[in-house]
Amino acid sequence: MIRTPLRPLARILKARERGEDTHAIEAENLRLRHEAMRDTSRLRAEGRLLVLGAMFAIAFGTIGMRMGALAGSTPQEPQAAVRGNPIIGQRADITDRNGRILATNLQTYSLYAHPQDMVDPVYAADELVKIFPELKLDKLLADFSGARKFLWIRRQISPEQMQAVHDIGSTGLLFGPREMRLYPNGAIAAHILGGASYGREGVASAEVIGVAGVEREFDELLRDPAREGEPLALSIDLTVQAAAEEVLAGGMSIMNAKGAASVLMDLHSGEIISMVSLPDFDPNNRPHVLTTGDQSDSPLFNRAVQGVYELGSVFKIFAVAQALELGLINPDTMIDTKGPLQWGRFKIRDFRNYGAQLSAMDVIVKSSNIGTARIAMEIGAERQQDFLTSLGFTKATPVELSEAPSGAPLLPRNWSEISTMTISYGHGLSSSPLHLATGYASLLNGGTRVEPTLIRRATLQNGPRVVSEAVSTQARDMLRQVVVRGTASFGEVAGYEVGGKTGTADKPKENGGGYYDDKVITTFASVFPANDPKYILIVTFDEPSENSGAEPRRTAGWTAVPVAAEMIRRTAPLLGLRPQVDTSEPIGVTLTSN
Amino acid sequence: MRTVLYLMAALVVMGLAFWSYQENYKTRDALGEVRSLHAQIGANHERLRMLRAEWAYLNRPDRLSDLAELNFDRLGLLPLMPDAFGRVDQIIYPLPDILPIIIPIEVNSAPVARGEDAL
Repeated sequence: MIRTPLRPLARILKARERGEDTHAIEAENLRLRHEAMRDTSRLRAEGRLLVLGAMFAIAFGTIGMRMGALAGSTPQEPQAAVRGNPIIGQRADITDRNGRILATNLQTYSLYAHPQDMVDPVYAADELVKIFPELKLDKLLADFSGARKFLWIRRQISPEQMQAVHDIGSTGLLFGPREMRLYPNGAIAAHILGGASYGREGVASAEVIGVAGVEREFDELLRDPAREGEPLALSIDLTVQAAAEEVLAGGMSIMNAKGAASVLMDLHSGEIISMVSLPDFDPNNRPHVLTTGDQSDSPLFNRAVQGVYELGSVFKIFAVAQALELGLINPDTMIDTKGPLQWGRFKIRDFRNYGAQLSAMDVIVKSSNIGTARIAMEIGAERQQDFLTSLGFTKATPVELSEAPSGAPLLPRNWSEISTMTISYGHGLSSSPLHLATGYASLLNGGTRVEPTLIRRATLQNGPRVVSEAVSTQARDMLRQVVVRGTASFGEVAGYEVGGKTGTADKPKENGGGYYDDKVITTFASVFPANDPKYILIVTFDEPSENSGAEPRRTAGWTAVPVAAEMIRRTAPLLGLRPQVDTSEPIGVTLTSN
Repeated sequence: MRTVLYLMAALVVMGLAFWSYQENYKTRDALGEVRSLHAQIGANHERLRMLRAEWAYLNRPDRLSDLAELNFDRLGLLPLMPDAFGRVDQIIYPLPDILPIIIPIEVNSAPVARGEDAL
């Protein structure tokens, strides 16, 4: 840039010649220069302002756009890592003690309809009725042509049905994924598992909730994502359970019984290996609860846990064991059994007359009501009550079933002396077969209390002591003698020393006022092998009658005992118990080859 | 000197920016892969569950007992009974392995007589 001098020589000289003031020229030039400087700096400032403005506009625009985008889009958490296991969303499986599946989930589909999207609703309805015969055509047509925008058609459908619905080709028939609870073994262990149904349900998914049994008791646990789908292992053995159900069902039909229950329990750990209640049901298709009549007639009723009955003579061992524990008697003490025993207006009789006296051992072996009542009189009401409480007979069983609290025992309102006497032989106190199994287990495992459980446990229960080990052994020997030479002679199983006590109790009339003559509850409470007890087996029949003889036989010795023996014969090998066979020649090693 | 420092700093910033850009995209790729793997695992798990359920269904005790009955002629299966337990002296000793043939004998004729094996 050529800078214009403030005093250009040419103009100055000319001005001097004319005698003009040269300062004016300088001032004029200075002014022009200042103006030019002002113009450039303004231009620059304007440019800067423009740039600044543009920058601000861009910055705010970006922020604005981002805010708009954030507001307009669905929020999503920024992810720096993928966490969690995507598999665990499902309800956990239930397995038996060896890991065989008792309950699992299956992915199926539900079928629903959007009638407004249908091109030909009449055709769709026609075809649907062909696939699902239980649907009503006129109702479907009314639904499809009415104002409804949504309706469920089926909660779950099989893949074949789904394909058939696809083949209809209607745009208004839609499928939603659906999880289904499957019990692959059908009715086996139905009362233990209970069943499941749908809770809150939507098109995309539905909540599977347990409605009874273990499913309901452990509903929270089974749905807990923190367990990562780890299956719940029950103490049940599927094979043993199936064998027990087969034997019991066979026995029930031979004995013409209305119902039957059995409990097989490990007497050291309290684990229930098998628990059967008949009649049973299929948990895949759980029947409805009875709305009228007696709930105990429903197949849903779990006789082993909920059914509280007066179980009869099986209780005698408790009175005798307590008397042994208190030192009142020993197995050889002679007990007065002269009958009938009169107490106020009550008379206690025996099944038949056993003479003037019996040893304590024979009171059990022959099952003398009078003898047991006399022993109970010595024990007294308070001590008996304490003893039965320590065995768990005064509260509902703590087993892990949602129905367990409804199986609370029925106790006498006033535990008087006559109650003491009748309870000693199993009348006046109603309890469930599971109570009985728990009581026997606690008494015979060496004398420590066990709690029944349906969950597989690795550890033994070290409960408080109920009776001494010596008394436990004596009780065991007495029970063994009942089978060897007493009322349970059909209970002998070769190879397994079975010990047990029979019980035949008349059924009380529903509306009060005495007992039926021809309706009984028969029970056999057994322990095997008696020389080293491992398992307790309780078998109970409701109203059995064995009609092969001239007149119907209803005692436990004829009904419950043979079935229990067969059950032991079938289940003991499955439990891995080796029969103890007396070998005449000593076992030696003989080279059998060559 | 200062200029060099400034330049170096600018270069370092640019390098870091490039590196973090790359890492960001690598992470996103990895996350995407994990997601797709999870989806695959989920699908396989679903399949496994289905197979397990089918296995359990096919092995249900009712069906097995029916099958054992149907095939009784061929298999002769009975429920496990106490007599199925044996004693250790009822089991034969394992047969010794056949010794290697050291002196082979040539056999070039048909079996000599009926009922006799040729050596």
